[in-house]
Amino acid sequence: MSEAQPKVGLFVTCLIDFIRPSVGFAAVKLLEQAGCHVEVPDAQTCCGQPAYNSGDRKSTADIALQVIEAFEGYDYVVAPSGSCAGMLKKHYPNLFEDGSEARKRADAVSQKTHELVSFLYRVLKVRSVDAAFDGSVTYHDSCSGYRELGISSEPRALLATVNGLKLQEMEDSNVCCGFGGTFCVKYPEISNEMVSKKMAAIEAAGTDTLLAGDLGCLMNMAGKLKRSGSNIKVRHVAEVLAGDTDRPAIAEGE
Amino acid sequence: MKPASREFKNNASRALNDAQLQRALNTVQGGFIEKRRNAADKLPEFETLRDQARDIKNHTLEHLDLYLAEWESKATAAGGHVHWCETPAEAREAILSICKRLNAKSVTKGKSMITEEIAINPALADAGIDPVETDLGEYIIQLRGETPSHIIAPAIHVTKDQIEADFRKTHTHLPGDRNLDESTALVNEARQILRQKYIEADVGITGANFLIAETGSSVIVTNEGNGDLTQTLPKAHIVMATIDKMVPTLEDVSTILRLLARSATGQEFSAYTTWSTGPRRPGDLDGPEEYHVVVLDNGRSGMLGTEFQDVLRCIRCGACMNHCPVYQSIGGHAYGWVYPGPIGSVLTPGLIGVDEAGQLPNASTFCGRCEEVCPMRIPLPKMMRHWREKEFESKLTPHTVRTGLGLWSWLARRPGLYHLATGIAARALSAMAGRRGRLRSLPLAGGWTRHRDLPAPQGRSFQARWKSGERSMQ
Ligand code: SF4
Repeated sequence: MSEAQPKVGLFVTCLIDFIRPSVGFAAVKLLEQAGCHVEVPDAQTCCGQPAYNSGDRKSTADIALQVIEAFEGYDYVVAPSGSCAGMLKKHYPNLFEDGSEARKRADAVSQKTHELVSFLYRVLKVRSVDAAFDGSVTYHDSCSGYRELGISSEPRALLATVNGLKLQEMEDSNVCCGFGGTFCVKYPEISNEMVSKKMAAIEAAGTDTLLAGDLGCLMNMAGKLKRSGSNIKVRHVAEVLAGDTDRPAIAEGE
Repeated sequence: MKPASREFKNNASRALNDAQLQRALNTVQGGFIEKRRNAADKLPEFETLRDQARDIKNHTLEHLDLYLAEWESKATAAGGHVHWCETPAEAREAILSICKRLNAKSVTKGKSMITEEIAINPALADAGIDPVETDLGEYIIQLRGETPSHIIAPAIHVTKDQIEADFRKTHTHLPGDRNLDESTALVNEARQILRQKYIEADVGITGANFLIAETGSSVIVTNEGNGDLTQTLPKAHIVMATIDKMVPTLEDVSTILRLLARSATGQEFSAYTTWSTGPRRPGDLDGPEEYHVVVLDNGRSGMLGTEFQDVLRCIRCGACMNHCPVYQSIGGHAYGWVYPGPIGSVLTPGLIGVDEAGQLPNASTFCGRCEEVCPMRIPLPKMMRHWREKEFESKLTPHTVRTGLGLWSWLARRPGLYHLATGIAARALSAMAGRRGRLRSLPLAGGWTRHRDLPAPQGRSFQARWKSGERSMQ
């Protein structure tokens, strides 16, 4: 490992860890291809959003401290999720009192936290990937990545360099899919209405694959598409950028 | 207005199954968004104006007591009467006593959400006074016996066909075979009817978009000019305002006005911007003999100095609800009180209590689109989260949620145990799904699986694989 090789702590996210490890491996591959040394700290579980968005600040702060502890030694903290990266970057500091020791540590981690694709593009200056994909895709901009972190052009720029891939935009690609963490089970009917509209936009785009950068949204959209009998395949953008698309797509059988 | 916010889930469910409402919502939805986008894009300083407007209101709220006092002295010097009211009951009383003193039989009304907040129409009717809504949308819903479902487009939930039917049913003195196919025909008919009402009215009530400390004035913006007729023709003009309408100077109002119509309807400016300072002066050609301003607090001062203060910057443009995917799905009535959409989800718990309206700030995905477009840069999602925190602190969060969350947080703080548990669960779910890769139903996951399949885990968890040295999917 050379001196200049950035040391990256991969924040896997609880959903990728649990549901779709292949995205975790795709993230590692992309980071290593871009010259990073990647580690996966053992002491990570979840970023704490379920507690945070349910109003439980105390538990959130405890979980945040655990994440900070596990990741503060790295040059960068990278998550294959705009939502979890946004949590570490935009929300952790506010959990702690201004001027406190914990706040300083949260600020430091916030500074070096990035969502995967924007990290590749903005920080590592990756301008092309070594991957092929035979098909057409449409890209959904997940809310946190889009509005909290301003991610929109980066995934599109890198997707444009995937051999054989055709990108076809959908209407309202940055309108919420209705996932919203616990929202989708607390208000299932409203969530269903939102994801139904999203599905209509996806289908109208006429592509054979749907991509996004957040597994929660992807599971929601894939679950709806499959329930409705759609053949559209759903994948995390990292899988396509890493050229790891031989596994079945999300919610797809073997 | 009796709140029905506790019933939010049922209200929402009814709204989702109301085909007529869904049709109405789908027709208008896109228009507002595109028009606002175009208006904002055409004005290079739009984003700067948002910063300035935010700063103006922040400054005002920091010194609200001083500005209110300054405004009162200017308004009084101009011959106006100021009525400070803490509660809706006091505000109703203030208005009723003016109407009674003037022996009013009929009152015309410009659009005002605050008069909904104090439920003035039923109170006037009980006192034998006829309240007549003059804003076209308000007029329509008054005929229908409904409340506004949007703060600037109160009848947005009604289709054109419904309006035609309502007019035929109510305006029975007009020929039954008249042609009402075009929207303009509907507008003209309402105008004709209202014209007589303006002349008959003894008192005119309007809202206020702003109160200006520097001059003691009130300002309303409308597109129909109905506000002008409402306030100039009768003997007395009553302005219904709240303490958060305050702005220091004319210059400040001008800044904020450049944002208001653009954010609301995509217009550069509303058709009418009407400034009122006191009653008719000797030599004035028209205007009311009496000018009253009823200034309501109704819990707003309690939000000053708290994490909710920023919401008092709101100028009621409606952009947040126009862009809200939840509002777009269920319309305004489901929110169960006066203010729907994101602004309602933040303001309503502050005004009627989080125990009453706790559902509202929970019914959000935090997608952030409201904050993205709010001209006053109000961090609406953040404040909804603050309400959830209040609920959690005061144990209003449902017991099952608290227990589940408690267990999950406990586990999340024990990585060893967490990985063991999730590792086992991942394998079990994956086995249950078999080769299908997804589950159609799962105990305790009905909220998810009623409407969508649940993607199954790929088998062992990432952490388990990583720890055993795997560097790709085996
Ligand atoms: S909160 Fe903002 S966007 Fe919503 S009505 Fe108020 S000013 Fe307009």
